[in-house]
Amino acid sequence: MIQFNQVYKRYPGGHEALRDLSFEINEGEMVYLTGHSGAGKSTLLKLIAAIERPTSGSVLVKGQNIRSIKREAIPALRRNLGLIFQDHKLLFDRSAFDNVMLPLQIGGFDHRESAKRARAALDKVGLLAREKANPISLSGGEQQRLCIARAIVTRPSILLADEPTGNLDSDYANEIMHIFKSFHQVGVTLLISTHTKNVLTHFPARELHLNQGALL
Amino acid sequence: MSTIIEHMRVLRATLLRLLLTPNATLLNVLIIGIALSLPVGGYVILKSVQSLTGQLTDTPQISVFIKVGTGAAEVSRIGDKLKQNAQIDRVEFIPRDVAFKRLQQSTELSEVIGDLSQNPLPDAYIVYPKTTEATAMESLRDELKTWPLFDHVQLDSAWVHRLEAVLGFGRLAVAILAGLLSFALIAITFNTIRLQILTRCDEIEVAKLIGASDAFIRRPFLYFGLTQGLLGGIAAWLIVFASMLLLNQYLADLSAIYSSEFRLLSLSIADGTALLGFSAYLGWLGAWFSVSQHLWQIEPR
Repeated sequence: MIQFNQVYKRYPGGHEALRDLSFEINEGEMVYLTGHSGAGKSTLLKLIAAIERPTSGSVLVKGQNIRSIKREAIPALRRNLGLIFQDHKLLFDRSAFDNVMLPLQIGGFDHRESAKRARAALDKVGLLAREKANPISLSGGEQQRLCIARAIVTRPSILLADEPTGNLDSDYANEIMHIFKSFHQVGVTLLISTHTKNVLTHFPARELHLNQGALL
Repeated sequence: MSTIIEHMRVLRATLLRLLLTPNATLLNVLIIGIALSLPVGGYVILKSVQSLTGQLTDTPQISVFIKVGTGAAEVSRIGDKLKQNAQIDRVEFIPRDVAFKRLQQSTELSEVIGDLSQNPLPDAYIVYPKTTEATAMESLRDELKTWPLFDHVQLDSAWVHRLEAVLGFGRLAVAILAGLLSFALIAITFNTIRLQILTRCDEIEVAKLIGASDAFIRRPFLYFGLTQGLLGGIAAWLIVFASMLLLNQYLADLSAIYSSEFRLLSLSIADGTALLGFSAYLGWLGAWFSVSQHLWQIEPR
């Protein structure tokens, strides 16, 4: 599903964010990405979503090489991924429901079908009662859950989560991990970056540990 | 089907956005309308004047007036001589009596003519040259001028040529004005859209991150530019229409003094439709440039 071969990412100025990364994540697998902040976890996730391109090596996502992917092919690639951001990236000029509708509008789904799906996604993360609320009025944990609802509403086969439990207390974090666990059970491939030890012990899974841009 | 619904959704959102800031919308539409009305107004005036020359321009001809008091035999000999000239296609003779009668019939001068005790007009020939090219006609006129017994030789198309030249100049001026103001329209839209993009930066970023194509991101802005341009075009049409109504009222009095029927034509439906299409297109173009520039700026490298 996701395959890295000798991947390097160097930023202008010489900072080497990733060094000689090679690994593979199979379909339906759930994998943790761990390491200190600055170890390159976010950069790695950005490469998979083609937000950035590797300097050398190949990153294969569902058979497509991110290094050489055409600009026009990137939107279609991203529509097949669910992205969950550490800073949520929610839009505060519209309701929670409209936030979840956005990927469906982008995907060109029929409106009535979209509304049904959006409500199902909100229900899944326990926010159906708050669908009319502006995201700014939601708590940190709720915002994170809304971000998850938006990521899963198009039923992507791969979910990438960047520190989804980073700023949450353990109750909220467990709640979110339960949600992820349920996606894993229906066959979604998950790559979750985290530095929360608690999560790793309660929900064990394969771990990719990054140290200064290299795998340990 | 779903694409049509998507377009309708974007169109609705665009109209809402326009209505949400009525003052800004009105101001922009007015600026575009005024900018467009200048070349369009110039075009309408040119077209009106052109239709005037269309009524008057006959095939170019040279009028030859024979000295008053020349005998009838002499006059007909001149006619034969004219007919034999290789440069002349045909010749029409207008006896002085006929010319006088025509003059008496023409309305505006009848009162003046009525007072005349005798016919002051000379016999005249109207000469139709074979080639109507301006320089050839001028040389023919110069040649005829040297003939004896001719009082006056007049190239009747000269003023038409002069008017044509003036109209050509006017057309060029309108074209330059239209070009410059079209550019202004694009710039106005570019700037409006740029300000909108600044307030919707987050939305564009998020949409892009979750897989929106450039077309999807551009669409609302393109609709906005298009709609704004279209409204500006309608404003220009109304401005020109109202101006022509006002001017025509004044012209009606002026024309009556000269017994002329001259009036400014209003913009034809075809021209008006072209104006709307053009202004909508320019608005679309300005928006396209603006969004493309932004998309290019946020493109990761």
